[in-house]
Amino acid sequence: MTDARFEAVCAFDRLIPGRGVAALLADGAQVAVFRLADDSLHALSNRDPFMGANVMSRGLVGDRGGEPVVTSPLLKQAFALKTGECLDDPAASLEVYAVEVADGEVRVGAKVAVGAAA
Amino acid sequence: MSKRLVVIGDGMVGRRFLEAVTQRDPSWDVTVLCEEPRPAYDRVRLSAFFDGVSAEELSLASDLDGVTVRLGEAAVAVDRDAKVVRSASAEYPYDKLVFATGSYAFVPPMEGADLDGVFVYRTIEDLEAIKARAAGRRHGVVIGGGLLGLEAANALTLLGLETQIVEFAPWLMARQLDEAGGGVLKQHIEKLGIKVDCGTGGTAIEARDGRLHMTTNRDGLAFDTDLIVFAAGVRPRDQLARDCGIAVGERGGITTDLSCATSDPDVYAIGEVAAMEGVCYGLVAPGYSMAEVVADRLAGGEATFPGADLSTKLKLLGVDVAQFGAFDGPLATTYLDPANGTYAKLVLSDDAQTLLGGMLVGNAEPYPLLRASVGGKVPGNLADLLSSGEVEGTLPDAAQVCSCNAVTKGQIMGAISEGCCDVAEIKACTKAGTSCGSCVPMLKQLLAEGGVEVSKAVCEHFTQSRAELFDIVKVTGITTFSELIARHGTGAGCDLCKPTVASILASLGGGHILDGEQAALQDTNDHFLANMQRNGTYSVVPRIPGGEITPDKLIVIGEVAKEFDLYTKITGGQRIDMFGARVEDLPKIWRKLVDAGFESGHAYGKALRTVKSCVGTDWCRYGVQDSVKMAIDLELRYRGLRSPHKLKSAVSGCARECAEARGKDFGIIATEDGWNLYVGGNGGFTPRHADLLVSDVDSETLVRTIDRFLMFYVATADRLQRTSKWVEALEGGIDYLREVIVDDRLGICAELDAAMAEHVANYADEWKGVIDDPEKLQRFVSFVNSPETPDPSIEFETVRGQKFPAGTTARSHSGPVLLGTPERK
Ligand code: SRM
Ligand SMILES: Cc1cc2nc3c(=O)[nH]c(=O)nc-3n(C[C@H](O)[C@H](O)[C@H](O)COP(=O)(O)OP(=O)(O)OC[C@H]3O[C@@H](n4cnc5c(N)ncnc54)[C@H](O)[C@@H]3O)c2cc1C
Ligand code: SF4
Ligand code: FES
Repeated sequence: MTDARFEAVCAFDRLIPGRGVAALLADGAQVAVFRLADDSLHALSNRDPFMGANVMSRGLVGDRGGEPVVTSPLLKQAFALKTGECLDDPAASLEVYAVEVADGEVRVGAKVAVGAAA
Repeated sequence: MSKRLVVIGDGMVGRRFLEAVTQRDPSWDVTVLCEEPRPAYDRVRLSAFFDGVSAEELSLASDLDGVTVRLGEAAVAVDRDAKVVRSASAEYPYDKLVFATGSYAFVPPMEGADLDGVFVYRTIEDLEAIKARAAGRRHGVVIGGGLLGLEAANALTLLGLETQIVEFAPWLMARQLDEAGGGVLKQHIEKLGIKVDCGTGGTAIEARDGRLHMTTNRDGLAFDTDLIVFAAGVRPRDQLARDCGIAVGERGGITTDLSCATSDPDVYAIGEVAAMEGVCYGLVAPGYSMAEVVADRLAGGEATFPGADLSTKLKLLGVDVAQFGAFDGPLATTYLDPANGTYAKLVLSDDAQTLLGGMLVGNAEPYPLLRASVGGKVPGNLADLLSSGEVEGTLPDAAQVCSCNAVTKGQIMGAISEGCCDVAEIKACTKAGTSCGSCVPMLKQLLAEGGVEVSKAVCEHFTQSRAELFDIVKVTGITTFSELIARHGTGAGCDLCKPTVASILASLGGGHILDGEQAALQDTNDHFLANMQRNGTYSVVPRIPGGEITPDKLIVIGEVAKEFDLYTKITGGQRIDMFGARVEDLPKIWRKLVDAGFESGHAYGKALRTVKSCVGTDWCRYGVQDSVKMAIDLELRYRGLRSPHKLKSAVSGCARECAEARGKDFGIIATEDGWNLYVGGNGGFTPRHADLLVSDVDSETLVRTIDRFLMFYVATADRLQRTSKWVEALEGGIDYLREVIVDDRLGICAELDAAMAEHVANYADEWKGVIDDPEKLQRFVSFVNSPETPDPSIEFETVRGQKFPAGTTARSHSGPVLLGTPERK
């Protein structure tokens, strides 16, 4: 896949399983990219909707009832990695981005409509 | 012409009335006759005058529009036909008149009661006179052992006098307490060196050789003393009303109805002088209600006196005494513990189902709960309640549990009954526990009270408690989270179990916390070895052992803060915090700090924080041991020790306790012969004083005991359980703890000692481990694809000459608040 809208952000090996990194996209958007223990990838908006700081990439990942989640490092709300929904407050959510690995590189694409990603 | 209102008496109640009436109906033209040389002051806190609180600080007066206060001018007559009040110098016509003349101290008819050196206890002038008399003298007698008498006795001891109480009733505080309660109170008071004779009355006083001699009704009992204070009750000041023909009660006081009107509809009486339907109230709260009633009536309202709650709770001479509701009733249950000096009595309905009232001496902790329960069901188990004063889980519904979000117990219980069955669900439904998190332990208790079994399981991924996981890791030798969860848990883990396991692995000697798989487990703060702040920046806290720091190191901190533009603040833990560091600057900042000899202060970790110290023998004239050196030694010994929650300590050089050691997880106070060790103290949300574990031990024993205490805690406590809660939860409490770590009852001391020895031997500074490791340094960037770019969304503003997160000013001021003088150009 060589969709022009995908941007390479770093080597896949750079990611620690179970943690995230942040990337700055060309249009100025900040995206948090997580690698899970099974090597799957998730990309979501890096901005904590509760405090407004760009820190989601530094949250802990895990699961809640089997649903993969990331927990905000500030006030600890959990967000579903697949849909961006906040499990502690239905009014809040993170945007979800397309993400893939090509030639050993992690590449982030466009925003995905929530639901479609699930 | 505006309506004229005259008020006689500017006391506590009179003043409240003035405030209420000017607020509701400013059209009154008000004159107040104030006999005392100063306007109203806080008589209830009168005794604070002896603690150094000045008359100005006690003042309740403020300028009120439309009110003229005639200071030092007493009303001497009222002419109701002419509707004027007369003072010695002037006449004041009124349309409405309010008596707020209060009470006078009752002095029983006794020969010599008017001698120099005999006082009452009612006004600031009385206290000034007592103080002047007491100077250079040594003995005082208080006549009266009620509330007022005990306050007066306290005052005399504060003035340095040997004090004797003489009470006519058979026991102290006979109006509030029964005989057993009065007895326990007497024990407490005698322990303070105050002598008490009950069932005794003075008969005559005479002056002898510049002192006083008082005889009593008991054969052979007489006192030679320097001053005598009458505190034998009060009487309403109703003479003026009597003189002008207003009706007074049989036992004194101006008779009023529930609207506070007297027999003359244009005249009201409020406060202690009023005999409301025949009853005089000697407390300020009913007086305040009366003030509001009359203010409402004068504004055309219909208010009536709502009745009075005469419950009292006070600390007299350091002793808690409380009385609430009915004094006696069909059924009473009592609890007496002479050893600890506590007494409690609950008065119940004859079916024992309804609480009618009661009294508490020595421990008044259950008072708020009990008072709130009067007229309702007895809260909780009677025996527990009376013996321990434990009120947990039995709070009234109106009690606020989460103060951040103003959520009451009632709301939480409601959520539980609608099906919330864990803390997360309560958080989602009620918002309780979602801010600072301090109330979460209380939420768990309420779940238990609501019948929901609260498991000690760490989270949904592990059914075990933290202590059980600790044992599993120790026994199996598992060294990774993935193996532990695969063999003993389920799923992928979460923000609860991952850091917990990381901490256990670290406690059991797991190498650098950012090594290998461990890095993925650490909470954000541990992951970056710094505390994340609200805007995504970090704080930097170098260790300053014992709070001692050289000028050169201070300069380094100043230089680093300047170079990286950091906000600086002295913390509550005797060190310096630098805030606002960008993630990519952290390694550069720490490179400079490490080069200057600083280490990580672990402000981010569940680990030892600080060991505070006082200057001790080094400088202080009172110090008896070298508290600074001990604090530094302990801080260096336990630095980096990972534990279920943070650990704090302090060392004070003498019993004055300037380092606040008893508020710490382990606190040390120097004695002439060595050290006292206290454990299980806490500040924070639920403060608790630490308990004495061992006393007068030498330094070596001290350190060994702390080693064992810490290792036993690390091995057995629950996740995020501070030592205070842990000690409380140990069956057998502090005594059991002593048996285990001092007497080695379980035979585990050698193991605990070895574990600590290993920790001490293997300690290495975490920050040094990072800045020397290129791989670990990689993560300290804002953007993985643009390592040089700082996060452009982080902005700052300047406040008080330092940088703050943007929006600080907007957050801290809802409207303009001016605390200083505006700068002038
Ligand atoms: C900086 C400081 C306030 C200050 O400006 O003085 C502070 C700041 C924080 N405190 Fe504190 N506490 C500070 C002294 C205290 C003290 C006083 C003391 O240690 O003598 C207490 C009460 C004593 C005690 O802990 O028993 C205190 C009781 C708490 C608590 C409540 C703990 C409890 O058991 O109830 C928390 C919340 C927690 O740990 O769960 C807390 C949590 C925090 C956190 C970590 C909150 C957070 O997650 O952001 C703050 C981190 C600041 C940072 O980023 O560096 N802080 N905090 C003080 C740092 C001391 C130091 O040098 O390390
Ligand atoms: C040491 C002490 C401790 C106390 N502790 C408590 C407590 O813990 N809780 C509690 O509820 N209550 C306490 N009280 C009682 C409380 O102070 C009174 O209930 C309260 O002050 C009553 O207010 P008042 O305005 O009716 O009378 P006061 O405060 O006595 O005011 C009456 C004022 O009227 C003035 N006055 C009298 N006659 C005239 C006149 N003819 N012309 C002009 N002025 C006149 C008096 O000089 C006085 O200033 C305590 C009292 C004392 C002395
Ligand atoms: S605790 Fe004692 S030694 Fe330490 S400063 Fe205070 S008075 Fe001095
Ligand atoms: S008190 Fe409940 S969250 Fe702070």
